[in-house]
Amino acid sequence: LGLALYAGSLCAVSGTTFLYHDYCVIGAGPAGLQAAYFLQQAGRDYIVFERSHAPGSFFALYPRHRKLISINKQYTGKSNSEFNLRHDWNSLLSHDRRLLFRHYSRDFFPDADTMVRYLEDFASLLKLQVQYNTAIIHVTLEKNEQAWNGHYFLLTDQDRKNYKCSSLLVAAGTWVPNVVNFPGSEYVEGYETVSINPEDFAGQTVLILGRGNSAFETAENILGVTNFIHMVSRSRVRLSWATHYVGDLRAINNGLLDTYQLKSLDGLLEGDLEDLAIVKDKKGKLHITLRFYLENRNISAGIDSITLPQDELDNFATRAPYDRVIRCLGWKFDFSIYNRSLRMMPGKGNIKKYPQIKPNYESTGTRGLFVLGTASHSVDFRKSAGGFIHGFRYTARAVHRLLENRHHGVPWPSTVYPITQLTNSIIKRVNEASGLYQMFSVLADIILLRENATAFEYLEEYPTGILAELEMQTGRKARNGLFVIIMEYGRNFSGADKDVFYYNRAVGEAQHAWQSNFLHPVIYYYKHLPTEREMRLRPPEWPLPRPNAIHHIVEDFLTDWTAPNAHILPLRRFLENCLSTDLRNFFAESCFLFAFTHQKLPPSCQQGYVGMQGLVGSQELRQHAVQAGLLRDYTHTHFSGDRPPDSHDGSQEHLMRDHGIPLRPLQHLVNAKDE
Amino acid sequence: MSAQKDRWVSSLVFLLFYACSIPRSGSASLQQEPSPQHYFSGLEATKTSLAFFTPSVSPGAQPFLEQIESSAEALQDYGVSVVKVNCPKEDVSRYCGKENALRKAFLFRGARLIREFPTNALFDANSIIANVLFALLFNEVKYVETLTDLENIENVLKGKSNMVFAYVPATGTAEHRAVMEAAFVYGTMHQFVLTTEAALLKATSHDDPDVSSAWLLFCHCQRATDPAQPCRRTALAQPLTLLNIHRHLKLMGAPLVTEVAEDPEKISTVHLQLGLPLVFILSQKETYEADRRTAEFVAWQLLGKAGVALLSRDLVDLNVLHRSNVALKTPDEGMPIQYLVLEDTDEVITLVEDKNKVKQIQEDEQEEEEDEDEKENNNQDIQDDQVVEAVSRDKKRELPLEQILVLTEENFHSSLSEAARTVVLFYASWEAVSLAVLRSYCEVAAHLKGTPGVLLSRVNCWDWPGLCSQENVTQFPTIRIYKEGQQSVTYGGMWGTQELSSFILLSQVPCPLKLATMDEAEGYLRGEFPSELSSHHHTSLLGVFSSATSEAREAFEEAGNILSGHVRMGMYLEDDALALSQKYSVSPPALLLARSGGRSVEGIALSKHSVQDMVQLIRYELLDIFPEITVPNLPQYLQLGKPFLILFSAGDISQVESKEMLKLAKGRPQQAFVACWLNLKKTPVGHGILRSYFSTTPSLPVLLWVNLHAGGQVFKFPPEQSITEMNILAWLERLQAGLEIPSSTLSGEDWKPPLPAYDFLQMMEPPVPELSPHPGDSPGQHPPKSAGGDTAAGDAATREEPSQESTAEEVGSPGRDLRGTAPRLAARDKQGKRHSEL
Repeated sequence: LGLALYAGSLCAVSGTTFLYHDYCVIGAGPAGLQAAYFLQQAGRDYIVFERSHAPGSFFALYPRHRKLISINKQYTGKSNSEFNLRHDWNSLLSHDRRLLFRHYSRDFFPDADTMVRYLEDFASLLKLQVQYNTAIIHVTLEKNEQAWNGHYFLLTDQDRKNYKCSSLLVAAGTWVPNVVNFPGSEYVEGYETVSINPEDFAGQTVLILGRGNSAFETAENILGVTNFIHMVSRSRVRLSWATHYVGDLRAINNGLLDTYQLKSLDGLLEGDLEDLAIVKDKKGKLHITLRFYLENRNISAGIDSITLPQDELDNFATRAPYDRVIRCLGWKFDFSIYNRSLRMMPGKGNIKKYPQIKPNYESTGTRGLFVLGTASHSVDFRKSAGGFIHGFRYTARAVHRLLENRHHGVPWPSTVYPITQLTNSIIKRVNEASGLYQMFSVLADIILLRENATAFEYLEEYPTGILAELEMQTGRKARNGLFVIIMEYGRNFSGADKDVFYYNRAVGEAQHAWQSNFLHPVIYYYKHLPTEREMRLRPPEWPLPRPNAIHHIVEDFLTDWTAPNAHILPLRRFLENCLSTDLRNFFAESCFLFAFTHQKLPPSCQQGYVGMQGLVGSQELRQHAVQAGLLRDYTHTHFSGDRPPDSHDGSQEHLMRDHGIPLRPLQHLVNAKDE
Repeated sequence: MSAQKDRWVSSLVFLLFYACSIPRSGSASLQQEPSPQHYFSGLEATKTSLAFFTPSVSPGAQPFLEQIESSAEALQDYGVSVVKVNCPKEDVSRYCGKENALRKAFLFRGARLIREFPTNALFDANSIIANVLFALLFNEVKYVETLTDLENIENVLKGKSNMVFAYVPATGTAEHRAVMEAAFVYGTMHQFVLTTEAALLKATSHDDPDVSSAWLLFCHCQRATDPAQPCRRTALAQPLTLLNIHRHLKLMGAPLVTEVAEDPEKISTVHLQLGLPLVFILSQKETYEADRRTAEFVAWQLLGKAGVALLSRDLVDLNVLHRSNVALKTPDEGMPIQYLVLEDTDEVITLVEDKNKVKQIQEDEQEEEEDEDEKENNNQDIQDDQVVEAVSRDKKRELPLEQILVLTEENFHSSLSEAARTVVLFYASWEAVSLAVLRSYCEVAAHLKGTPGVLLSRVNCWDWPGLCSQENVTQFPTIRIYKEGQQSVTYGGMWGTQELSSFILLSQVPCPLKLATMDEAEGYLRGEFPSELSSHHHTSLLGVFSSATSEAREAFEEAGNILSGHVRMGMYLEDDALALSQKYSVSPPALLLARSGGRSVEGIALSKHSVQDMVQLIRYELLDIFPEITVPNLPQYLQLGKPFLILFSAGDISQVESKEMLKLAKGRPQQAFVACWLNLKKTPVGHGILRSYFSTTPSLPVLLWVNLHAGGQVFKFPPEQSITEMNILAWLERLQAGLEIPSSTLSGEDWKPPLPAYDFLQMMEPPVPELSPHPGDSPGQHPPKSAGGDTAAGDAATREEPSQESTAEEVGSPGRDLRGTAPRLAARDKQGKRHSEL
């Protein structure tokens, strides 16, 4: 028997040879390279497979007219590198300052070739492990109890070479063009092959199927030379500046809307492409008709016998014949290479072009298979930026951190601060963090409170969808309550039909901050980590379950949330009330007084002054505090014991009247506590 | 308090209800009768009714009608129904026929007329009820006009029942009504006597009474034994309202002295229930009779103000000072019982009266405070952080930053190599504490201008977050000194100009500094060497080691690294180390401590050799024996965790006091307290401390024992005693034995949020997920419409806007000023809360 077993394993070994890596990444596009960077930084055993000879093969072809619509802002007036990433939609994350896209292009909307060059540099400068010219054509599983996830992934390339991995990161993007089949669809040209030379369209009448950025980009290119362009699609046009979703029609491409609405010959139509049929007449002109008419007749009878809509309805909109019909319907994920055992299923409804994944970016069908990049957009489709470089560069990092914890026992990175730094740490992040800003409502900063709320732990950019699993996914403990910090648009502000320019759309006052419309920070406070059930039953349109308390920092025109009274003060009050403590700062003199008059000290005195780091303050500052009525000046008190204690207040009051400053009782600071 | 009120209001209502045994007629308060015949035929013999007759059309009586209607319900509580009888035009009977009778109201019992009232005497509900009850209670309430009448009644009552005597300025007033209503309930229990004669009022009250306000006396005639003496009287001190009278009568009815034989914490009496304090006279078997007399005496004095109980210490095990003789229990829940040592009964009375006064004031204040609270709720947006406010008030002042080099990600590393020592302040330009420290840092720069080899610089972490995280700066502000080729030192002291300057100066020389010759060592102890530090007065510390003691030396050097910048440390390990140390009568390894410029040098033998012990020893040795406490040095002494024996002085303390205190402090090494003093001139905030302890500044100097860490009691050294070691020690012994009463106790309150936050959660009112399956139920919660081009849905979405606006307006008052995303230049309109136009 032993011999037989031996022979069997030998057979298996000799039959196929596997190259093993802990991590395999499919695709060396932006997401694949971004994942590779984090794996490399962590010193993991990984390989990236790229079917082309260079990274970013999608960008080598698309967009056809070569203009990227991701902004590349050269100047923001700030040197803060983290903040500047908020307005740099093309760079990948790395420690290398050379690898910022602004060093590659000065264009606000850069050329796609620049992206290809950038990705090449990213892979080579960072010495990422990319195996080019390797197209993975089949992926299957091999059960093994020793493996991280109970199975290995077996990958086969076009040369029948096999690879074996413990974890598979799919960053293959969506590259299979969407096509529709209707009678006459053979006359339709695809976006991927259509001519990009405007002269080829001179004097022609063009019909474009689709209403996305690629359709408008195609129209934009030929708008000046065609007779007219018609666009047809099932859905209405959605403008990204109204929906706040960068995947909708960007203003840079919407020239056709302008001419349509200004009485030019161009126009938009709504209709289901499935009902369409195209017939070609003898002159080669293309006529629009309905599938319905074709089904009722004998095909062989020739063009003349086909009923056209205008035969019955003589003002039918698309009765004019077209010279060309172009299909611009976007792309979908390539499901074909995955063995059935992986259960890679398309999503339902409007996310059917993406594979089904969980909020932690892991495939619903296979443990250990993570989807990164554009293909992972189902998590936040039509909501946030997870399908675009400026969004998925952060989700790739989040997935990497989850994997580090799951497979290598490296907990989610965190910093522990004393509670006095609570307001500061939030203000710092909401003002500069780019991941929170780009992946609004999807990635959240988490503050885990330590016992007695004397200290806290700060975790950056954790996926909100798996908040309930935080302890398991990060290796951190959340026993004493937590804050979740995310960015949100106003709940009723974004949408295809919304007027985003209405009067008084901006909230200016902190007390109305919850009605802020533009992107603004929102802080959720939970006494206990929400459960899976609470996550599931959260109110519609809420990214998170109903918290114990919530705070909105009022939207800001400059996205600069550092105003002491409008931004920081209400935040401090919120935090104070959640923690039931006093988070004010005090000068050393006040702490000195409290030390002698109170058994307990406020946190800033306890952690600062008593720890020998009291804030003495300059003479001017103390004077200002005295004038504000927030610090009492005892220097002019006389020693005659019979003088009533109030007389000093009187002089102070006088002093303040002279300065035109409203007097406020000092009880705020001292006496209120004695009750 | 209010709960108690409710309780006995309801009991009063119950009494009233019980008192009216006469059945009510129907639910309507004002009966209508079609005709006089109908009315008189329906009268029952026992039923009381107030009737008025009105012609079918009579516009003139309208105001009177309204008043009578409003009092009808109250009268019904007393079994009186109010009836309006319509007179037919042709009726000429007794009540309807005469013009005169139509301006009157008639009170009937059955068909018998008791009293007729002119309508102008029934001007409001009070007068109607007062007059009607007055008529009904003719026997229960005696009306007197002269003092003799009153005395006669009093004499008759002596030994039988008590009397309630009331003066009202006029009948038909609210006070009159209150007295009559009380008489309705208590009339069978006590004899009620009423007068409107001002002369009678003057005869019955002590000082000049105000004739325009009502007055009520409870006369304890039941107990009166001596026919010659008038009954004891207890006046009602509050205004005459039904509630106050009821309360007063209830108190008068309670036993004078309650005898108690259980835990006073668990006792509850009528007094406590009515919100009055309860005084316990602590008694013992031997003195019981005398105590009982005292208690009764006190009880008479406090009648109506507090209850008195006699607590037998033999029966109850009390854990209080044996000397205590009086205890006070206040009605406030959770307040512990106060045990006191009082000299005479007057003190008991003052104690209670003061308490009541204080309480009254507190109540007033509370009301004010509540008002203030409301105001403050709207003041949530007013800055109450002294540091933030001070910094923002100072933001327009240009800081003298020329001396401070700005470091960036680009020049950070190159700049560090330029100077021997670079001081770097890491800060954030939006953070108040950072900016406050930046101001002190500027002063340091001015102070150290021209000091060779020191470069002051700053990094704004808001501009260069990468640099700050690379340097592992996680908190703002942070100050580091970078020395070429060495590890940087992070500053851990006070953020003050002096402390920082001293740190930077001390960091100039190595710590510890190796001294090469005996001369250097001597110069070092005198504070003359090294010359860089000669201007700097600090205690000098010199470690003396023979070459054999390397373990101690290593620990000393390591301690030097830790204390670098904070302590002036030298080290001597030449061959003649032994000679040096023996000069100060120790042998190596040893520490020599030179305080105040080397005038006195102390030798300390080193026995422990761990770094931690060494650091602790050095820190401890650097503390003064009898320090002057200042704002910057307090934390060092706080860390000892001991109570403070602190002498507050107006200026410098006198030689004598200083000598005595020093003797006290020196006499007990390893003592259990910190002996120190505070110069109010130098540390004026000390006035604030004294005021918090004594409300006024006591005569100075004043010696206090402050239990900072345990219990928080403050004891004041008797001012009549002179501050000598012996007196203090004797006093401390009494303190330890628990024989002294604290003057004050430090507040044990937690530091709660000063003001509430905006309750956005409530404003947002999201549907509770389990309860609302329809997402569209609440405004502002609609899911975005799928962009299907459904016009109806689109319209709904746009219609939503104004409704959202109006809710917002309800939630908050209109806006204040130009804060916001886009400042407007024109005057703001009424709405004012959203603005985006320029």
